[in-house]
Order: sequence, then structure tokens, then C-alpha cells
Amino acid sequence: MPSENGQARYRIAIIGSGPAGLSAAAHAAALGMSHVLIEKTDHLSDTIFKYQKGKHVMATPSNLVLRSDLDFDAGKREFILETWDEQIASGKVNVRLNSEVTAITGETGNFTIEIKGGDTIRAEAVVMAIGTQGNPNKLRCPGADLPLIQYQLDDPGEYFDEHITVVGSGDAGIENALGLAADPKQNNIVSILNRGSDFARAKSANVKLLEEAEAAGRIFVRRETAPAEVRPGELVLETRDGQETIPCDRIIARTGSQPPRGFVEACGIDFTSEDRGAFPKLSPSFETTQQGVHVIGALAGYPLIKHCMNQGFDVVEFLNGNLDLKPADEPILAEKFSALPGVRSVDQWLETFRNNVVILQELSPLQMRELMLDSTVAGYDAGEVIFERNDPGSSMFGIAEGSVQVEVNPADPSITVPIEQGSIFGEVGLISGRRRGSTVRAAEPTVVMELSRTAALKLMATAPSAARAVNAISIERQLLQMFGSGLTKTDVAELVAAAELVDVRAGQTVVTEGAEDKDVYVIRRGSMIVEKMIGGAPVFLSYLPAGSYFGEMAVVDGSLRTATVKAAIKSEVVRFPGEAFVALLDRKPALRDKAMAEMASRREVNSFIESRKDSFGSAVDMYSETARFLIDNGIGEATDVLLIDEKLCVGCDNCEKACADSHDGLSRLDREAGRTYAHLHVPTSCRHCEHPHCMADCPPNAIKRGPDGEVFIDDTCIGCGNCQRNCPYGVIRMDAKPPKKPSLLNWLMFGAGPGPGEASYSWRKKTAEKKGIESPKVAIKCDMCSGIDGGPACVRACPTGAAIRVTPEKFLTFTKLAEDAG
Amino acid sequence: MATIPSEQQNQRERRQSSDHESFLSHRNMRWLKVALVLCLVTIVSYFWIDVTPRHNGGSWYGYTLGTIGALLIVWLSLLGIRKRNISAGRWSLKAWTSAHVYLGLALIVIGTLHTGFQLGWNVHTLAYSLMMVVILSGLYGVAVYATLPASLSNNAKEMTRSQMVEALAAIDRQLQSAAQPLGREESDLVIAALEQGTFDWGIGARLSGHYRKCATTRALAYFADDWSRPVGSDEPKDKVRALLGRRKSQLDQIRRHLRIRALLEVWLYIHIPVTIALLAALTAHVVSVFYYW
Repeated sequence: MPSENGQARYRIAIIGSGPAGLSAAAHAAALGMSHVLIEKTDHLSDTIFKYQKGKHVMATPSNLVLRSDLDFDAGKREFILETWDEQIASGKVNVRLNSEVTAITGETGNFTIEIKGGDTIRAEAVVMAIGTQGNPNKLRCPGADLPLIQYQLDDPGEYFDEHITVVGSGDAGIENALGLAADPKQNNIVSILNRGSDFARAKSANVKLLEEAEAAGRIFVRRETAPAEVRPGELVLETRDGQETIPCDRIIARTGSQPPRGFVEACGIDFTSEDRGAFPKLSPSFETTQQGVHVIGALAGYPLIKHCMNQGFDVVEFLNGNLDLKPADEPILAEKFSALPGVRSVDQWLETFRNNVVILQELSPLQMRELMLDSTVAGYDAGEVIFERNDPGSSMFGIAEGSVQVEVNPADPSITVPIEQGSIFGEVGLISGRRRGSTVRAAEPTVVMELSRTAALKLMATAPSAARAVNAISIERQLLQMFGSGLTKTDVAELVAAAELVDVRAGQTVVTEGAEDKDVYVIRRGSMIVEKMIGGAPVFLSYLPAGSYFGEMAVVDGSLRTATVKAAIKSEVVRFPGEAFVALLDRKPALRDKAMAEMASRREVNSFIESRKDSFGSAVDMYSETARFLIDNGIGEATDVLLIDEKLCVGCDNCEKACADSHDGLSRLDREAGRTYAHLHVPTSCRHCEHPHCMADCPPNAIKRGPDGEVFIDDTCIGCGNCQRNCPYGVIRMDAKPPKKPSLLNWLMFGAGPGPGEASYSWRKKTAEKKGIESPKVAIKCDMCSGIDGGPACVRACPTGAAIRVTPEKFLTFTKLAEDAG
Repeated sequence: MATIPSEQQNQRERRQSSDHESFLSHRNMRWLKVALVLCLVTIVSYFWIDVTPRHNGGSWYGYTLGTIGALLIVWLSLLGIRKRNISAGRWSLKAWTSAHVYLGLALIVIGTLHTGFQLGWNVHTLAYSLMMVVILSGLYGVAVYATLPASLSNNAKEMTRSQMVEALAAIDRQLQSAAQPLGREESDLVIAALEQGTFDWGIGARLSGHYRKCATTRALAYFADDWSRPVGSDEPKDKVRALLGRRKSQLDQIRRHLRIRALLEVWLYIHIPVTIALLAALTAHVVSVFYYW
């Protein structure tokens, strides 16, 4: 396809050869469209290529049909890559490897793609399928582009007799340094540089190994040191005591990677918002705000392989002029909507929801489709219950047709507040992560959509107007719910208008004892602890979960702050000016009486603790320390946590055995590991956080909150390990479901099988091989024994009463802890 | 300073929250009370009911006590199955243990009164004495369960057993390279310490915590402190001495751990096999009684 200056101009240039790019290129080749597939590395599909050897790759969602010229089904990494390589070769796909794109300029019909090294490629349309891996951060010093610097280390065994410097203090850097120094016969002199004085970002096991290697003289660890200049054969270091030059043949830079957003924006593509989780703005045919440039795959917000491959196919169809193509998810949506009353097409329903639900009006049809895939829809008759008070639930509802009634007073269900068509409800559960505050019924025949927590958070991240609307509504409703019945929207309007959202870091102080400020706060998400200085030391007074309010004492009394309130975990509070709060109290004497009564009871508790401090000082100290220890270990964000009283624990591990025997033969708790304070042990076991870290990045949305508040992983898990990496408490393990054991009786009578508890790795492996079972590694975590009558097996199976499960607001109270400490 | 929303206080709890109390004080000592009543009723009735010529296992009263005792023994021994059979249902092993302890102790009274204090060299007395051995070993078990766990936790200092072993291995690796420059005799001492297995000791050493012939102690004694050089000098001998000291204290932690665990478990090696022997002797006792009726 020659152009005016003799250089070939392709119809489509596809950047990135992951599942999305490969599928697009394969389809372009099949249609006979002129194309080029541009890949940065020297092989196709780098993300999957980098999976560990033999990894079982899953093909979820199973109800989505695959629409691609390439084959894909669940299987081993090697088989999948091999199949693709073969089909790409036999399909005559024009692949250009080792080509990193540095810029894209031009407009529809005439784009110029610049390749690192000076080459350019011209194309009429561009499809970006570069994923979210990004590029490694470069060193920021003179000489950063010299060839002795590399950003990856594939085989540490291939370097001999070299001075090697590793830059970066994360796990990747430490693991590389350890690998290079592992075999003394390679005779490498390995140094690792750390800008700070400790390795806070790395796993403690890695840090220990590094310190050991340092003590043995195998690795030189240089703390508070950064590279100042790279020269051929040497490296200038900026140390605390001035500059120093060391010999250096190779630099391994492991200083993290840059998300691809910067590059994408530089190509003229707008994102939906400033939020880190935002995606490029796309039309239904995947076109970005830069006409002629399309974005598909993980970068477009679709992390699953099947989605990516379908989009590759679709985008090429669109570019080939087939604009009537229905997305592959059409049948899934059709099935979803079939439960709703009235016969309407998928497009009609999508439009109904988008037009009627206020927070969705800004969405593109493509976003709307995706949102509906992550949501459920339902029709209710008048009077039917949508959810009940105290049901756990972190989803949000939007009313497409009809209206609902909220029973605000549990004592009298006849008192209701209406919520009209187009509005939302359930958002308090979404934001606070806590149980439903009231029962909601349909007031007339009603059609609602339920947005899963993930879908709702994604919506708020991508559509700023939706986020603003949800925030305003939730603040108003939270105030109404908190202050109880008798208040109306107009009563709190002044407060809502003056409200301000404040993010609070873990440990950050919101209110300082003795200060004169007069604001009132509501905890929207997260939790706070209240401390008071007594006898020169801070004493823990109480724990405040989300939904509590504080700071009103100083406002009502006009006194100084009586205690310090600080965040137990990363939290969000709503700040109201004190005068507006006082004005509200003045207007509503009933509310004032309620507030006064609550303040009186709190003063009583505080003075009780203060009086105990004199007579039982050590008990109070112990209680404060224990509370702080528990908060430090994640109890502040827990909803239900396993604790072990080591004054009672005999170490029989029956809890672990019971756990394994209740769940497919794998234990989800490690009793021995974990922190201990004053004989109170927090084992490695799920805390069922209010806002679970594990849910943050689950491609198939397999992590959910169950009916009893438990956070569990369903069987759509693809085994990617994201949740394991995201959990700060290390409670998720990746393992294959073991084969079934012989029964307990068989073991007792004839010694058959490995006996109670988790079987050894070798038994599991051998038996699985013998039986010919091959099961993939999936994420495994505590599900609080949901569905098992009698509740958590770990507690039921403890012979001495050492294992207890607690909720923070019940356990972190003075009476409870002081009594236990005493 | 703050108000917790009232909805939190009357939250409908669908899951059972567990009480924080030990098996000894479970439910306000419910099983202690049951056991005490059982003993009291037995003792009072023993003196109340006049059996001629004297109390013995063969009277109607003796049979009643014997039946209660035998049923109790069978039920008590089922704890071993309950513990391992993790079935669904609202059972609690703590409640079982509590009942096991108190009802097991009540057996002393029931069993003894069943004999009518007629003991001799026969299968009946064998069953009785085996029962007493089981109960006494169980009593030891209760005592160590009540007193030792805290010291297990104190000694562990947040380290798991495998972390302790790993820490020892890490010291050993450093010791190995630090000992390279030493002379033959000195390095032999270090090698002996490194080669001596941590777990290859008898039950006596494990229970008492006295490890005679400990090569690390011997090596440490040989490399006695030499104060002529400054503390922390790079002299190979000093490095080896410091590492041997760390090895010794790590070893001590592991040994204390093993000792407490052994004290917590050793009684089970009597309690369980003797229970099985007791069940056999009990069967023989019952069969023979009915055979000679």
C-alpha cells in the first residue's frame, strides 16, 4: 500500500500483541485488510508470556461466547501461547517485534507512529491494545540511557565475574540481588542501593534474607544512597557522606513502573476523570476522543482474556464498516432483562435505565453495557421487600421505574420515607461497608438495578457527576438516619450544604484534645479511636465505627475538646460547621435531649476510666496498649476476626485441622503465624474487612460479601493472585483443591489416608497424580464457614476456648478488654 | 466524645458470637455443677441405702453405679472422635472438654463407691486401677493446660516453630563461613556443633530441658571470652564466638519450646493407650460379672 512518499501506509496499525491485539490482527489478516501488529518485546503476548511456567490460565466468564479467529480455552500457559504463535503464523499476520512505540501523531486516515530507534510506521487507523503493565521507571540521573542499565532480570545465573548494582528497595530489587549473589561460583560483586534507611516496601522475609546475605558479606547493601551518574564501567553514588564512585558493569533498575496513562494522554486521548482508576473515553466502536485511534483490552477497562479477544475482533469489524455488529455480550444482557416485566429489546432497556436513573445519564452506551453486565436487575410488586434492615450488603440500587419506601423507624414500620424514580438507595452500605440501616419496600410496581460494589465504585471513578450525586445523597441520608425519626430533608439541608468530605490517613488526628475548634464530624467510611491524656499517657477511650459522629460535645458545651480522635485506618469523614449543628439542635428540642443524654453517658464512661486509672493504673495501661495493638493489626477495619488467647492455647492446631476438614482439605488460617500482645494473638486469618483490599482488583469479580457479612471467593476465580498480593494481612493462599481423603473411620480403624487436617503437600500431589486429577491453583480464603450449620469450625473445634471470633465494636470496649487483661 | 449509631447496638446477629472463657469456666462452670450434684447424690445415697451384708459391686445399687460409670467411660472416650470429626452443627469442643474434665473427675467417686472398697488381684480391680491411672493422667493434663500455655507464648516471642528453625539455619550458614579461617581443632568443635541435630534427643532431654553433651555448649566453653581484643572485632575467633552465642540462645528458645510442648503432650501418651486398655478391661469385667451371675 504505497503512499505519496513511498512508505507503506497500512489500513490498521495495532499496538500491543496481548490477547486483544492478537485477536484484532488475526481478524484483520482473515479479512485481508492491510495491517501491522507492533510489539515492544521479542515475543507475542508478553503479559501471559511472563506467567510462571505451567500456569493454568482460566477462560471466564464462561457464559460469554468467544468471537475471534484465534482459539482460546482454559489450559496451560505454554499450550495457549503455542496455539496463538501457530495461528498467527499460519494466518499470515504481519508482526513487527522489538518495536516500542514512542509517539502517535496525525489524524484519521494518516497517522504516523514513531518507533524507538527512529523508524516510523504510517497507518489510516490505530488500535491501542497496550494493556496496563506500563513501562519500567528509568533512572533519573545523567547517563540513564547507557546500555549497561537493564530493567529486567530473566536469569540471574547468566552473569559471571561482574560488578552488578541493583537499584530499588522493593521485593523485585531484593529478589534480583539475592538471585545474583546466590551462587558464589559466579563471582559477582553485587550491591543494592536504597534511597531510604530501611526496606519498608519489601516483604519481611525478603528483608531478612537480604540482611543475612549482607552479614555474610555476599551482598553490599548501601542505605541512604542513590545513583548520581552512570558512566561506562562505573557508577557515581550520592551518599549521606558525599559522592562516591564504584566500579559497575551492569545496573539492574527495579524502581517500579509508569502506568501507560501518560503515554495514552500524550496521544491526545482524554480519560473519563482524574481518578487513578479511570479509563479512556470511548465510543460504542471503541474510538477515543482522538478520532481514528481506538483503545481495547485491559487499557479500556476489560481485564479478562475473552473480553479482550472479542473486542479485538469487534474493533476490526467496526473499522471494516460493519457498524451493526452487536457485542458478544448481547445474549447475556438479553437474559438479564428477560426477568423484567414487559417485552423490550436490550437496547430499549439500556436506554430506559440510562435515561431514568439520574446518576447514569452521563455514561456512553459502551459504559452502560459494561455496567449492566456487572449489575442485576429486578422487578418488584408493590409492598415487596427489596432488602431488610441489618442485611449485609455493599451494593447500591437505582430506580428505573416506580418508587420505593424506606422504613426509617424499626419500631414502627408504618413510618416511611419515599424515594422517587430516578434516585438511588443502598448507598450507605456501599460507602460505609456496614449493614443496611433500614428496610426498603417497593411502593408500586418497580424496576430497579442493583450495582455491585465493584460496578458502583467504577461508576463513581469514571463519571464525576455520578460521584457527586451519590455523595450528596449519602450525606443527607446518613444525617437523617443518624439523628433518627422526626427530621426531614429540609431540617438538615443547611448541614448538607455546609458539609465537606475529608480524607483521613490512618493514624491522622482529626480532633485534638484541648483544641478550640468547633466542628462536628461524621465517619463515612473507616473507623476512629478516641484517646485522652491521663497521667501523662494516652489512654484509649473508645472505638468508633463508620456511621458514628463525634465532636458535638465541644459545640454544645462551648468547651475545649475533651479527647483526641484519630483514624484507626484510612477513613473518610464529613465535616460540618458547629454553628449549623447547634442551630439544628435549637430547632429540634427532641434531638437536643437525645444528644445531651448520649453525652452524659459518655462522660460517665470517661470518668469511670479516669478513676480506674488511679486505682488500677496498670489495667488501664494494659487495656490501652492492647487496644492499640489490635488496631495496628487490622482489627479497626475488620468486621469479624479470629483471635487466640494464648493463655489458653495449647497449640494443638485443631482449629487449622477443623478449617481444612470443613473446606476441601485446605486450611485457610495459620494459627502460629501473626502478631501477639499480652497473650492476645492475631493469627494469619481473614478479618473480613469493611472495605476488603482483596476486592480491589479481581478481574472476574469473584470476591463478594455474603449474607452473613463474610468476604468469600466464588468459583469463577481465575487464579491470577491479585487478591493475594493486595491483602495486607497475607491471609489468602493460592493452591489447588486436593483430592478427597479416606473417611475418618477408615483412618481410625485402618490408618488409611493422611488423617484429620490438611494433608501434606506430597500426599496431595501424589494422590492427585495417581487419580489423574488436575486442578488449577485458585485463591483460597476464610469464608467464615458460611453455609455450614454451627458457624466457624475453628471456634467450634477449639478444645480450650482459646479461639474466639469478635467484632471490633464489641471487643474494643474498656469493660471487655480490662476484664480480659485482669 | 462521640456517639455510636444506635442501630449498631441492637444489630440482629445471625452468627453466634463466641464467649471468651476457658473450658474450665465454660458457661459458669455448668459441668462442674453437674458433676458435683452427681457426686453428692452418689455419696448421700451410698450412706442412705442399706445394702446387706455390705456395699459391693454386685448389689442392685452397685449395678446402678456400675452402669452409670461404664456409660460415662464410653462417653468420655468418645471425645477423641468428636475432636476429629468436624461435622456441621451447633456443637462446641470446648463444652465437650469441660464436660469431659468434670464428669471424668466425678468418676473417681462413682467408680470407687461402685467397688464398695472391695479391691483385690482380679480383672475387676484391674479395670478400676486403669480408670484411676487415666483420671490421674487427665488431672495432670488439666493442670498443664491451665498453667503452661502462657509460657509457650512468652517463649515464642511471635516466632513460629519453623521460623525458629529457619533462624537457627541462618546462624549456621554464617557460622560455617565464619569458621573457615580457624584451625583444625577449633573448626572440628564448630563442625560438631553444626552437625548435632536439633531434634535427635531423647524424651528425657526434651522433658527436662537438660541437654548433656550439647556440642554448642562445649564449643562455646572452648571459645571463652577473650577480653584482650575489643568487643565486636573482626578476628575470626571473635566472630565465631559471637555466632556460637547466638546459636546457643536460638537453640535454647527451640528447646524451651519443645519442652513446654512435650509437657503439654506427654500425658496423652498415657491417657489414650490406658483408655484403650481400660475399655478392654471394662469389657472383660462386665462379661465376667454376667458370666458368673
